[in-house]
Amino acid sequence: MSIVPENLRYLDSHEWAHVSTDEPGIATVGISSFAVEQLTDLVFMALPKVGQEVTAGHEFGEVESVKAVSPMYSPVSGTVVGVHEELVNRLDSLNQDPYGNGWIMKVRMSDPSELTKLLDWPTYKHQCENS
Amino acid sequence: MDAPLQTTPLVDWHKANGARLVDFAGYSMPVQYTGIVAEHQATRTAAGVFDISHMGRLRFDGPRADQLLDHLLTRRVLDMQTGQVRYSLMCNEEGGVLDDVLVSCLESPSGKVYFLLVVNASNRAKIVRWLQPHLADFPDVEFHDVTDSTAMIAVQGPKALEICKPLLPASVFSLGYYKAKVTEQMSKPCIVSRTGYTGEDGFELIVKAEDACRVWENIMMAGRAHGIAAVGLGARDTLRLEAGMPLYGHELNESIDPYQAGLSFACSLKDRQFIGSDALAKKSTDQGLLKRVGIVLTGRRAAREGSELLDQDNRVVGAVTSGSFSPTLDKPIAMAYLPSEVSQPGTVLDVDIRGTRVSATVTVLPFYKRP
Repeated sequence: MSIVPENLRYLDSHEWAHVSTDEPGIATVGISSFAVEQLTDLVFMALPKVGQEVTAGHEFGEVESVKAVSPMYSPVSGTVVGVHEELVNRLDSLNQDPYGNGWIMKVRMSDPSELTKLLDWPTYKHQCENS
Repeated sequence: MDAPLQTTPLVDWHKANGARLVDFAGYSMPVQYTGIVAEHQATRTAAGVFDISHMGRLRFDGPRADQLLDHLLTRRVLDMQTGQVRYSLMCNEEGGVLDDVLVSCLESPSGKVYFLLVVNASNRAKIVRWLQPHLADFPDVEFHDVTDSTAMIAVQGPKALEICKPLLPASVFSLGYYKAKVTEQMSKPCIVSRTGYTGEDGFELIVKAEDACRVWENIMMAGRAHGIAAVGLGARDTLRLEAGMPLYGHELNESIDPYQAGLSFACSLKDRQFIGSDALAKKSTDQGLLKRVGIVLTGRRAAREGSELLDQDNRVVGAVTSGSFSPTLDKPIAMAYLPSEVSQPGTVLDVDIRGTRVSATVTVLPFYKRP
């Protein structure tokens, strides 16, 4: 499965969501390479738990760099069905492959129509370039 | 408070070299260029160059300048020799800390002895206001705030002196720690002092604002082969935290006294009177309730300013004043004020990090001492 940033949907707070055709009800969630670059020097990530309910636009975890803690917001609502536990010990995956090995959680969506409210790549890219 | 941000004479260099600029004490300052950890490591292993032009530089001329400063500072000034630098505090009548400063006794090329006070950027306006009535009492002391007409650059790290060799006159390399000299950099005036805020050896340079870019570029060029890096305020903070140095507004404020802060060395009470000396004399015999300590946390998560510390009985015993991940120790560290019953090194406490309890151990400061 190859995920390219052009095919993802984004929150303006830099989280992405991807829905594969194999599993149409499940969104894979991560943070963008722009976010990783801005954060720099990542040291910790507080992950959600499997079974936890998440709400679109609400915090589901935290990412911490040497100097700052940033909340991560869920792009979709639903139940967490997968968590990338190993990521905490391999935060450099986020630098190398934020859209693949850097995935954070999988969510069984309660309302897939929320995806349409997310930003598409050109809009998100434009926002990053002008921030 | 909506005044436009001030910039230092080096702002264009920072912008052209990828710095992220943030508002710090009214100045637009570089917080990082390539990344805090890389800049931190460069300073510990090679050298870092820092734009610290935001710090306040106050000059006092006249034969009684030493008397005025002796009246204002917790360290003795009257016995200072030319070329000497002292770390000192400025206190209010109650012994609360108004600022922590470096005071230098310097001699100009024409042979005039004067004093220079380097104050925190965040306190400069307050200190200049505090000085006014005292300046009125010493009408023969000439006072100039030279912050805007000068720039200040720190070169810190094990290779700092070697890098500066081709740039500065030979005489500055024999300067001892906390010594300073008025000299020249490529025939332009330059004050060199063997001081710093990183726990490393090095120099702090004060030059005219219009010479700042040239001096900075010269240092970068001379340091390139040695692995020098431009370092922002982010790594400046992690470096000073590892070195156990207090930062005003975090470990120091007007309600903290120097003894709690572990700065008794900066108070010379014997045979002298200065503002706050009576209050400090009382506090010095008080087996102070609170003490500034270091904290090392388990795990990877750092406690930030305000994180509460809890004892084994779940009672809140203090709060973190500064906290960060330590690049040198590869673990989270913090400073805090704790009462004596839990301030002994080795005491195990819990830190509340936004709702999660993390185990932490009280430790002696500093966290890092240069080899």
